Amino acid sequence: MKKFINDVDNMLRESLSGLGAAHADILKVTFDPTFVTRARRADGKVALISGGGSGHEPLHAGYVGRGMLDAACPGQVFTSPTPDQMLAAAEAVDGGKGVLFIVKNYSGDTMNFQMATEMIDVDHATVLVNDDVAVENSTHTTGRRGVAGTLVVEKMMGAAAEAGADLRACKALGDRVNKNTASMGVAFTSCTVPAAGRPTFEIGPNEIEMGVGIHGEPGRRREKFKPADAICKDLLDAILADLRPADGAQCLLHVNGFGGTPLMELYLLYHAARKRLEREGLKVTRSLVGSYTTSLEMAGGSLTLTLLDSELTRLWDAPVHTAALHW
Amino acid sequence: MNSEPIVASVRAVHRAILDNAPMIESLDRAIGDGDHLINIKRGCETLVALGAEIEPLPPAQAFERIGKKLLGTIGGASGPLLASFFLAMGKDLDGTLQPTSTQMAQAFSAGVDAIRSRGKADLGEKTMLDVLIPVARLFLRLTAESATMETLCERLKEEAERGMLATRDMVASKGRAYFLGERSIGHIDPGSKTSQVAIAAVCDLLAGRRANGANGANGTDSMPGAGFEGTAP
Repeated sequence: MKKFINDVDNMLRESLSGLGAAHADILKVTFDPTFVTRARRADGKVALISGGGSGHEPLHAGYVGRGMLDAACPGQVFTSPTPDQMLAAAEAVDGGKGVLFIVKNYSGDTMNFQMATEMIDVDHATVLVNDDVAVENSTHTTGRRGVAGTLVVEKMMGAAAEAGADLRACKALGDRVNKNTASMGVAFTSCTVPAAGRPTFEIGPNEIEMGVGIHGEPGRRREKFKPADAICKDLLDAILADLRPADGAQCLLHVNGFGGTPLMELYLLYHAARKRLEREGLKVTRSLVGSYTTSLEMAGGSLTLTLLDSELTRLWDAPVHTAALHW
Repeated sequence: MNSEPIVASVRAVHRAILDNAPMIESLDRAIGDGDHLINIKRGCETLVALGAEIEPLPPAQAFERIGKKLLGTIGGASGPLLASFFLAMGKDLDGTLQPTSTQMAQAFSAGVDAIRSRGKADLGEKTMLDVLIPVARLFLRLTAESATMETLCERLKEEAERGMLATRDMVASKGRAYFLGERSIGHIDPGSKTSQVAIAAVCDLLAGRRANGANGANGTDSMPGAGFEGTAP
């Protein structure tokens, strides 16, 4: 394992210290319990808090700042944060208008956030993101995962909260964006959790993991490696079957890299996806290409599609000033 | 020295987890995401360090302290699940200073129920509950039949082993292995393995046997189970 490490047990703290120092104008890192807040607390608005395991950077701490999150709780690598972090973050950012937790649908995250909400005494709500179409949804199972579409939910909710939407309106908006959003990913290589010291899963040089989650966990099937257009077709087939967009619908196309795939390939994938969507009669009116929800150094990426209307487009376009997303 | 058996059990579980680390890690790499062992080890180390603090406490408070500590330490799914287990055990034993085997069986069962409701999972879903639920049922039955400590430990150990092995042929519908669907068949669930290892370690300890990699220096391996029986030698 070759990574920038001094001491595995201190890795998260050193990385977050770097984040805090590099973006001191935007955010502030607090330890024990660990959470990241805006450099200056925003009062008089709903406070948005997200969190999850580390290793997905810039998600979520990179999205703390004006127009997006008020706080993020980073857990250990690929491990949900704990309720004490969420409660401390909530206390730090509650501006009197309630606290809204944005949670990716992974069992660890949902259970820890749920336990936090059982202990919290301010007005609160939770938006559960489950945009991943790779996994079949069923009431008997854990259900669909929350993956790269989380960024879209956080961005649009952030804009709404900044504009003064109340807790109930923010929650309804988050649920609506989640419903309008579908994602699916593919992995070419595995990734190494630093504390484990070796790759999480085995994958041959001519294999791809179709429908992979953001921890390298599988989704649909192991397949033979194939050209980008063919991979793109599989991802979009699943996404479009789930969203069933109307002819001429406007959408946001987000191509996300998992950490080990260069931007050159991500733009190639964007090109492939855009051609296909236009053939389907969709209008791609907003785009985002880059590594925004990663899985350590895993190669591969995901496609996310969000169906837009004028309100969602306006929320996407609203100013945002965070370490990883700004316009 | 109310909770000395709990402290000794924590140490025994920690040793057993370390002894079985390579197997647990390879199971998790097969159908998990590779962090199970790390999280369990972090939890064990924290509890071992808590030993002196919980030893003088009544069992109910010791379990509550353990639950709260795990909730803030482990994270992931294991954190809330194991925390719920210990918090429910503590609640069940509230006011009991010298719990009998029957009371321990009831508390254990309450803990397992808490995991069920927190995880919204049940038997046959390829999780730790495939070990814990059968063990809880047998624990209740055997204590109702006034089984000896030796029989109790022997049978519970066997039941845990049976439950763990049974997960091999199941399709996961909960937990991280769920994403594998049919591909999870043929692999033992790592959570069921750690549960089985922990139960075996406590059974060995309570039956007065030396757990793997015995640490007899402090004498806690002698007959600590007696504390749960209320008939200290």
